[in-house]
Amino acid sequence: MKPRNLFDKIWDSHVIRTDKDGTSLLYIDRHLVHEVTSPQAFEGLRLAGRTVRRPEATFAVPDHNVPTKMLAQGITDPIARLQVETLDQNCQTFGVLQFGMGDIRQGVVHVMAPEQGIILPGLTVVCGDSHTATHGAFAAFAFGIGTSEVEHVLATQTLSQKKPKSMRIHVEGRLAQGVSAKDLVLYIISQIGTAGGTGHVIEFTGTVLSDLSMEGRMTLCNMAIEAGARAGLVAVDEKTIDYVRGRPMAPKGADWDRAVAAWRQLQADPGASYDASRSFDASQIAPQVSWGTSPEMTLPVDGHVPDPAAEPDPVRRGSIEKALSYMGLQPGVAVQEITLDTIFIGSCTNGRIEDLRSAAGYLEGKKVAPTIKQALVVPGTGLVKQQAEAEGLDRIFTAAGFEWRAPGCSMCLAMNADILGPGDRCASTSNRNFEGRQGPGGRTHLVSPAMAAAAAVAGRFVDIRRL
Amino acid sequence: MEPFKTATHLVVPIDRANVDTDAIIPKQFLKSIHRTGFGPNLFDEWRYLDRGEPGQSCADRPRNREFVLNQSRYQGAAVLLARDNFGCGSSREHAPWALLDYGIRVIIAPSFADIFFNNCFKNGILPIVLPGAVVERLFQETLASEGYRLTVDLERQAVTTPGGEVLPFEVDPFRRHCLLNGLDDIGLTLQHLTEIEHYERQQRQENPWAFLPQGA
Repeated sequence: MKPRNLFDKIWDSHVIRTDKDGTSLLYIDRHLVHEVTSPQAFEGLRLAGRTVRRPEATFAVPDHNVPTKMLAQGITDPIARLQVETLDQNCQTFGVLQFGMGDIRQGVVHVMAPEQGIILPGLTVVCGDSHTATHGAFAAFAFGIGTSEVEHVLATQTLSQKKPKSMRIHVEGRLAQGVSAKDLVLYIISQIGTAGGTGHVIEFTGTVLSDLSMEGRMTLCNMAIEAGARAGLVAVDEKTIDYVRGRPMAPKGADWDRAVAAWRQLQADPGASYDASRSFDASQIAPQVSWGTSPEMTLPVDGHVPDPAAEPDPVRRGSIEKALSYMGLQPGVAVQEITLDTIFIGSCTNGRIEDLRSAAGYLEGKKVAPTIKQALVVPGTGLVKQQAEAEGLDRIFTAAGFEWRAPGCSMCLAMNADILGPGDRCASTSNRNFEGRQGPGGRTHLVSPAMAAAAAVAGRFVDIRRL
Repeated sequence: MEPFKTATHLVVPIDRANVDTDAIIPKQFLKSIHRTGFGPNLFDEWRYLDRGEPGQSCADRPRNREFVLNQSRYQGAAVLLARDNFGCGSSREHAPWALLDYGIRVIIAPSFADIFFNNCFKNGILPIVLPGAVVERLFQETLASEGYRLTVDLERQAVTTPGGEVLPFEVDPFRRHCLLNGLDDIGLTLQHLTEIEHYERQQRQENPWAFLPQGA
């Protein structure tokens, strides 16, 4: 038998049938649902008189619209409230388990699902959310879908798909002290581009992966979509199994043993091939800061913002000019001269306990610069918040001058009240620096939690390696 | 879904690469629980000078006259001409809903982001990939001649320019079939229900752990 890569193995085990033209009907093991991309899908089921095929494989949580403070008031925005209430009603009508507002497990869907053991190695996982790629950290084929496909999965527990191509990104060496999974993924995107992975599933390999924690692997796979990839993947090792063990929805007893035996096979066969391959040296990666309006517009912290005059390609030159103008930056300015007024720590990219520990570790005994108007920490879920409070991290954040908020997507996409004003400049641990992403006219710089904490204290970007 | 019909449409050019779905329809409009009504807010932050809110009438909002959708020569356009990696970012199907609601039926670009590309087909929008040099030429022709129209024939898989040049394009046969006939693919999948059930039975035997939890 031809050696198979990791993606081949997961794909092959989920194909129900394949048509002559190569379109496969793929079985979906887990379906995550949130309030923003599901109402029209449930409405579609209702109109067609259909039901949810496997409600027990479907898990819902409100996250995009939920407030992160003054929770007792509930959601004051009536349109957002209707959307969250619509999710409540749909879950009730269709028998779907929901971790609703007020539930300690509620929070960002991609932090909640692994925490609950809903994500297991070797599964197919979908959600009407592009950052579903996060769960590839568990060697699960996890990808974002649109609302029509959400309805399709609800109704059939399957999706029609053509098999994506495979790409291997191999990173050898050790990350320097202060350089995290976030820096690694920003660096990779800056090298392969925001469409570098389009049409592909990226399998990350190399010694740097063995060193990363599960949280770090989730950060890495989360942003595979920012390189245009359908999904990211990391092979199973002991860290994967240790993370899943004992989680509420993880298999137990004899099922556990059988599962672990299956999971250990989730490795690329020796000699397996990929449609594309790239290699990087981890030791060369500096802390990263995005300067523009696409995640590929990212620089090492000791770099300088590009000069459009030096770009020969007219479309790329135009993109640089537009980005500089939107970001209010002069060509050639040093990254460390960029001053901030807002700090956001949280999101499905960096809202897990390890991220909060990393930021708090730097902030202990320090104060946020007086020029910072707002500094927010938004834990990924109620359980992350509880854990952080048990470790005293909340007190470090608040003593430094951060606001300690309740879980949700918050300022990553600013659908709730946590929003940048026009011209505000934010060091953000989130995943997208698009125009208007954190608020119309808002300016986003993507960084790691430690770099965001250091920027909060200095009021500008600083090199965490030199502190 | 409306079946896709051959027609000659006015073309509007969006001359920037990596247009993301946040730009196509900003997040505040994602609070809607409906599929329609997003058209007036398509490209909201580029189209208007103020901050748009859901439920607000757009009739009296200040417009950015420089943005193409506000220029009289492009009113009524149904073909959107775009650059590389159009529709990147968020999976929001509100992006194709907004384009469709505005009246866009065809998007031509050198490349598209995967999820957006999929979402278009589910909503009767045809995304066409043409080589970068061809798209560049279409940009030049569109800008040079007011009222520039393209004929898009999905059956023959060809775009025809006003000068009579025929530009062939590739499209997945199954997706083409669904678009031409306006087919609901849930119905098509349910024709394979016996196979889905067979797969599930087999997996429950071989990998029972994958079917945990039953706790709901």
